[in-house]
Amino acid sequence: MHVEIKTNSVKPLRLTFGHLARRFGDKQATRYQEATYDLQPSVNFHYKPLWDPEFDMYDRRRTAIVMKDWYALKDPRQYYYGSYTIARAKWQEAQERQIEFLEKRGLLLNLPVETREAITFSLVTLRHYEWGANTNNAHMSAYGWGAAITQATMMNCMDRLGIAQHLSKIGLLIDGNTGKSLVTAKRFWMDAPEWQGMRREMENMFVTRDWFELFVAQNLVADGLVYPLFYQQLDSQMAALDGSFLSLIADFPLRWYDECGKWVDSVIKVAAAESEENQKLLSAWIAKWRAVHAAALTTIAARVMGEHAGQAVANVLDVFDARIKKLGLARGSL
Amino acid sequence: MSNENQTPAKKLTLKENYALMTRDLGWETSYQPMDEVFRYLKFEGIKIHDWEKWEDPFRLTMDAYWKYQGEKERKLYAIMDAFQQNNGQFNVTDVRYIQALKVFIQGFSLIEYTSHRGFNIMSRELAGVGPRIAAEMQALDELRHTQTQIHTLSQYNRYFAGMEEFPYMFDRTWYLSIPKSFFEDAVTGGPFEFIVAISFALEYLLTNLVFMPWMSGAAYNGDMATVTFGFSAQSDEARHMTLGLEIVKFLLEQDPANVPLVQKWIDKWFWRGYRVLALVSAMMDYMLPKRVMPWCEAFEIYFEQNGGALFADLARYGIRMPKHYEVAIKEKGRISHELWSIFYQYRDAAGFHPWLPSEEEMDWFSEKYPDTFDKLYRPRYEYWRQLEKEGRPFINSNLPQLCQICQWPMLFSEPDDPTQTCYRETEYKEEKFHFCSDGCKDIFCDEPEKYVNAWLPVHQIYQGNCLLEGVDPTAPGFNPLAEALKYMGIKPGIDGGSLSASADAHNWEAWTGRPHNSHEGMVTEPAAKAA
Amino acid sequence: MNATSSQPVFIALQTNNDTLSLIEAILFDNPQATLEEYPAMVRIVAPGRLVVRRESVEERIGRSFDLREIQLNTISIAGEVDETEDEFTLCWKL
Repeated sequence: MHVEIKTNSVKPLRLTFGHLARRFGDKQATRYQEATYDLQPSVNFHYKPLWDPEFDMYDRRRTAIVMKDWYALKDPRQYYYGSYTIARAKWQEAQERQIEFLEKRGLLLNLPVETREAITFSLVTLRHYEWGANTNNAHMSAYGWGAAITQATMMNCMDRLGIAQHLSKIGLLIDGNTGKSLVTAKRFWMDAPEWQGMRREMENMFVTRDWFELFVAQNLVADGLVYPLFYQQLDSQMAALDGSFLSLIADFPLRWYDECGKWVDSVIKVAAAESEENQKLLSAWIAKWRAVHAAALTTIAARVMGEHAGQAVANVLDVFDARIKKLGLARGSL
Repeated sequence: MSNENQTPAKKLTLKENYALMTRDLGWETSYQPMDEVFRYLKFEGIKIHDWEKWEDPFRLTMDAYWKYQGEKERKLYAIMDAFQQNNGQFNVTDVRYIQALKVFIQGFSLIEYTSHRGFNIMSRELAGVGPRIAAEMQALDELRHTQTQIHTLSQYNRYFAGMEEFPYMFDRTWYLSIPKSFFEDAVTGGPFEFIVAISFALEYLLTNLVFMPWMSGAAYNGDMATVTFGFSAQSDEARHMTLGLEIVKFLLEQDPANVPLVQKWIDKWFWRGYRVLALVSAMMDYMLPKRVMPWCEAFEIYFEQNGGALFADLARYGIRMPKHYEVAIKEKGRISHELWSIFYQYRDAAGFHPWLPSEEEMDWFSEKYPDTFDKLYRPRYEYWRQLEKEGRPFINSNLPQLCQICQWPMLFSEPDDPTQTCYRETEYKEEKFHFCSDGCKDIFCDEPEKYVNAWLPVHQIYQGNCLLEGVDPTAPGFNPLAEALKYMGIKPGIDGGSLSASADAHNWEAWTGRPHNSHEGMVTEPAAKAA
Repeated sequence: MNATSSQPVFIALQTNNDTLSLIEAILFDNPQATLEEYPAMVRIVAPGRLVVRRESVEERIGRSFDLREIQLNTISIAGEVDETEDEFTLCWKL
């Protein structure tokens, strides 16, 4: 069936949905706007959750942060599902080629045993850190308020699984697909004294119920220290020893960290600008988590970086403190 | 320094690769007790001894997920762009079909969002790595479905009524509390109940009824955009259904004590899901101008045959067909007609435009529903058509009584007597509660404390809770019903009311030169075309 | 109940250029299967078991085929799934 319509003469009755017109005026909305604003149900809930009867299923009171409009926490990357998966598929393609390059030449497999052990100890073990970060972002997505923030934390959750699997893949490149390095790395995570500080703080984050505090603890503070330390400082040390191909391993996580950081900064900045109370809370949380994460990192850095550890950690903390200052928050020492 | 050459890496199968990439990512916590990390795994009484026994049949690693899902999205948005550029909204059969799209965006798009939230919670609260990954992927998929539906229907919204306030309506409109309460019921249950409810009872047992015949019908009616998002969403569904079956088998195999709990949830959620899908029965039989198959036939194929095969498979665990399934079978020849009659009577309070079936449609019904249509429904429709012709169309302006569980008006007939409306009631704490069926009554009696809280729209209207800010119920001339509709986001005469009088119908005829209802001819004068 | 179930399993696929050869391969490999055609889709039903073989698909499309690509065009399935590099199988276990 095809009909002749002088479609050019047909004027639409409206250009967008009512909730978007009220926010942005009656003009064609972007796909990000359509996919984000005001989607989360917000009133007339039917039942109290059996698992948490004090709260509604969606409830603003699950964090101490207060926002007049939670949709102010928009994602500067404007990721909705389609743009997100297409962007990640592109990265993944590039990543696949790099892994293939490493695999075909057996570059990791044929490294000296000490280097392989060092990579297993420091990088493969981080797959558990990523899985922990996945858990924490799942918590924010499960209990946060408003599609703007929770869709981004859910994407972050998936990203962390992707990075955990990327690190697993590095392990398999090292051990010739036997999985031995994964078993070893798990043992380090569970028992190696140097890793226990990191694991303890991860588990402390697991029981942090305020989802916005968790956002600060994990996505701002922990990641803000772990990524620069392991993927920049450590990587440049290792590269000096064993050739530049190691930077191929770090390429994906670093690219991700760079992109994701823009989102994290923007969320914190908007929440802080909302009120003095928010600012105080955020500063206190940053101070609290900076102290414990920095202590945990110092222990592990001493083991993997030896004499360079002190300088490396200091560099990382300097960069972090400068970042916090730029966000308009207190420097974050207790 | 040792630098011995390793044996070359062995080739991994998909299964091995997936197992290694995900193996042991999680751990038994020791700085915090596991019960504090995973707080919701015990209260329902489900016993899990070994999460590692879970096997994900799809074994999708994140890289593969991004790759395949990204590819699906590229295809889908290419079609969507072409649809918008070509004004595809004018190529559908007629404006009746567009009424179904309104029901879709009002009633379905945001239950996908609620499902997204439910699976977010699963992603956090399940202790096993395998099921958590499956839940995470599904959580993101559900967000995808919400978003692709909105992106597709956005083009229709620019030309037709009833869609522009869909998020506002979802939280407030009387008949949308049916899907809303359904999904909130699932999410507010425990994690195991949720996953049995949604992954198994809804996805595995019932969604085929929605997507297969209905979406195929969308294609048949010329809506390329909707069929594309529908089928594309459904391609995720194949994964979700498999999760549903796996999780049920996993629970049943973990401990014999889980069997009665799982059976109870299958009973409850089959009935709950079946009642929500009643909406689809009306969409399929009445709202597709060109029809693929009647509801009763879809029900036979997708519930009776496929459900039968599934429960034959589960019998080895001691699981039987869901309670009251035989009532659903008895209702298959009636439900769409009973429902459409209600929407027609309450058309002024609807967010779309119901109409009476044409002669051609009634003949089709007679053929497809030989046991029920001519006897029970044709006379009523013919009478209403007569009233319309006489210029005094039938309208019901009494507020209907709603079922405390499914929240439909009392519109379903007695299982064994289609001429009698089915009413059930019970007393709890000296208060009477009303139900549409034994299925709904059973659900209430099992958890009364949960269901006394339901936000029942008619009760809320009576209690004065459905008023916009600043409306004074003591003011002279206060009209509670008109005010309630405003609160619910329905603009009287624009979003609801009869189809032939609607702006949709008039615009359609002016814009396309084709009748708003291809069975009934034009309602506008040719002159209106020029206007 | 029988030891080997003959309860129906099915796969439903979109009809498009990608699935032409796929459908052909499935029907070739599963002689008991029946094809039902609907607008924009088909449903292939078989008693007890249905298998998609990678090699059969590859023979028809003239390139290598990852069975996971089926997901791009699958509308629905019934039956338990077992997936390896070479075969995607739907069956009822009992």
